Amino acid sequence: MTFMKRRETLLAISIVVLIVLVGLRAPVFLSMDSMANLLTDSTLLIMLVLTQMFVIVTRGIDLSVASTLALTGMLCALTAAQYPELPLALIMLGALVVGLGLGLLNGALIGYLGLPPIVVTLGTMSVYRGMVFVLSGGAWVSSRQMPVAFVSFPLERWLGLTHLVWLAAGAIVLIWYLAQYTCFGRDLYAIGNEPVSARYVGIPGPRRLLLAYGLSGAMAGLCGYLWVARYAVAYTEIAYGFEFTVIAACVIGGISIAGGAGTVTGAVLGALFLSVINNALPVIQVSPFWQSALTGVVILTAVTLNARSGQRGGRQILPLHLSPSNAPRSAA
Amino acid sequence: MSTPFMLPRTSTSRYHIAERAPFTLRGWLARWETLLFALLLVVFVANSVFVPNFFDLYNLADSTFNFSEKAIIALPMALLIICREIDISVSGILALSSVAMGLAMHYGVPEQALLPVALATGAACGLLNGVLVTRFALPAIVVTIGTVSLYRGLASVVLGDQAFTGYPQTMIDWGQGYVFELIPRSFVLLLALAAVFALVLHGTSWGRRMYAIGNNPVAARFSGVAVDRYRLVLFVLTGLMAGLAAYLLTGRIGSTRPNIALGWELEVITMVILGGVSIAGGAGTIGGVLLAVLTLGMVTYGMALLNIPGIIMTILVGALLLVTIAVPVLLRAKRRQR
Repeated sequence: MTFMKRRETLLAISIVVLIVLVGLRAPVFLSMDSMANLLTDSTLLIMLVLTQMFVIVTRGIDLSVASTLALTGMLCALTAAQYPELPLALIMLGALVVGLGLGLLNGALIGYLGLPPIVVTLGTMSVYRGMVFVLSGGAWVSSRQMPVAFVSFPLERWLGLTHLVWLAAGAIVLIWYLAQYTCFGRDLYAIGNEPVSARYVGIPGPRRLLLAYGLSGAMAGLCGYLWVARYAVAYTEIAYGFEFTVIAACVIGGISIAGGAGTVTGAVLGALFLSVINNALPVIQVSPFWQSALTGVVILTAVTLNARSGQRGGRQILPLHLSPSNAPRSAA
Repeated sequence: MSTPFMLPRTSTSRYHIAERAPFTLRGWLARWETLLFALLLVVFVANSVFVPNFFDLYNLADSTFNFSEKAIIALPMALLIICREIDISVSGILALSSVAMGLAMHYGVPEQALLPVALATGAACGLLNGVLVTRFALPAIVVTIGTVSLYRGLASVVLGDQAFTGYPQTMIDWGQGYVFELIPRSFVLLLALAAVFALVLHGTSWGRRMYAIGNNPVAARFSGVAVDRYRLVLFVLTGLMAGLAAYLLTGRIGSTRPNIALGWELEVITMVILGGVSIAGGAGTIGGVLLAVLTLGMVTYGMALLNIPGIIMTILVGALLLVTIAVPVLLRAKRRQR
């Protein structure tokens, strides 16, 4: 029964129910094509949610992901437009490295200086976003300026699935392995649960935080390339406000903002849930303007439910007040 | 009042505990507000010397239009952050209040009632935030990330791809008007509100209790402070001020568009943190916030005169934020090494 009570199971069931309900209204939604589209559309969010999960698990938050994504995306687009002969692998590697660097800067400030994550990433978010403008001079890089291979890579298929899906699957496996089977992953949970105790048992907190934010940056960097190539355009405002979508998906997936709790399955399902809603609305002919309002309602419902299910709390052994009003509850 | 060090004459305690730390010049110089004031002076003098047309009374007065509405939201936000809470949804509340005014006007509500409509919408949004945070014991950041999506979403559902325009002259007067034909009304309103907020935070037991809540909510609760009631009131207050800002901003730009005040939440929070309010709660002053607002405003204004695009400003603000929080930590670490 515990399997049924788990948050992830409930979330998975509600996703399936949601898909079926939308399918009843518009059978087109259940077609293979549409499902494949849904999967491809959700990949970028899934990848970003995975590394954001690590950050949130340590009681942190990374508000700079969208700006990091935009900066590396713009950098890739400009590089590819300038030197079309560069191999794609090199550009992707470059995106990873640049993202990693930007993330490590966050991590150094948060881990080694002990600054509050929300303030640091708020600051770097502005800086990185501004640098996109400086790099591009405010201009757009359109698909005509980028080489064909650069633009077509994310949506090319391998064994029937797009490269985006394969990359996301790889990321899921990697993060799941890190979270479940490595000291690094387990240490992050320890830090999030009780930072002081984590330090006493010898967990190198600063180093772990540095890497957690570094990973978040690296993933955002890779997604920066994928985003620009997928939508075939790069401009200053790409992914503006996407950091909140990523955090929202984490929250829906049951990752506690207070740190120390969260699973890869939950994170992926949270991202899928948001993607399903976003993809379903146009299909059932709801005005796309409802999307943001509905997302808000979903987030609030999810956190309220999560808070309820997490209310096991400590056991009260001695009654605080010996009043009759307390008696029935302690008897139950 | 006149003798702050008065002690009972029969005191037998071994230690003399003063009401507050004794005044030292060094302590005063190291205060965040003093540093900010020095920074403001430097910015102001540098701008006056190097930027043509900067030191012009009319230009200076007009430059306050750019930040007054944000600063009005920054005041209650400072109190919230002092209490260890945060409100990401202010820009959503602002958008929704603006839309509510547009709708009210559309349905022929008299123009005197538009301000109450904005304030009521703002307060209602703030109340929802507050209830979710206090009743359900949810983290404020998560709740308000959810509600910002909800409020802005509702605003865009009503607006679609349209915009409300044609607001009455009263609103335009409040948004664009001047006092004595020189100082913008919104700036005067900001100063008046700042005085009220400073009085409440620094001169009343309510303010002291807010610091107590921020320093240790549990201890504050055990000392008999109605922590949740304070939180709830502060969320409502933040919503109310966002509604007021909506009235001023809508009057100033004369329309309600879907992207109204987009991204303001982060600018407001940046103002508050630059003002020396600790994100961990329990520390900060209204004076500091006001100084940060003025400093940022003067930098923006100077750069605007030099035709530097606004987005460069975001780099500067972000870097300033990072430097201001990193430097004290670095200095402390250095002092410890010695």
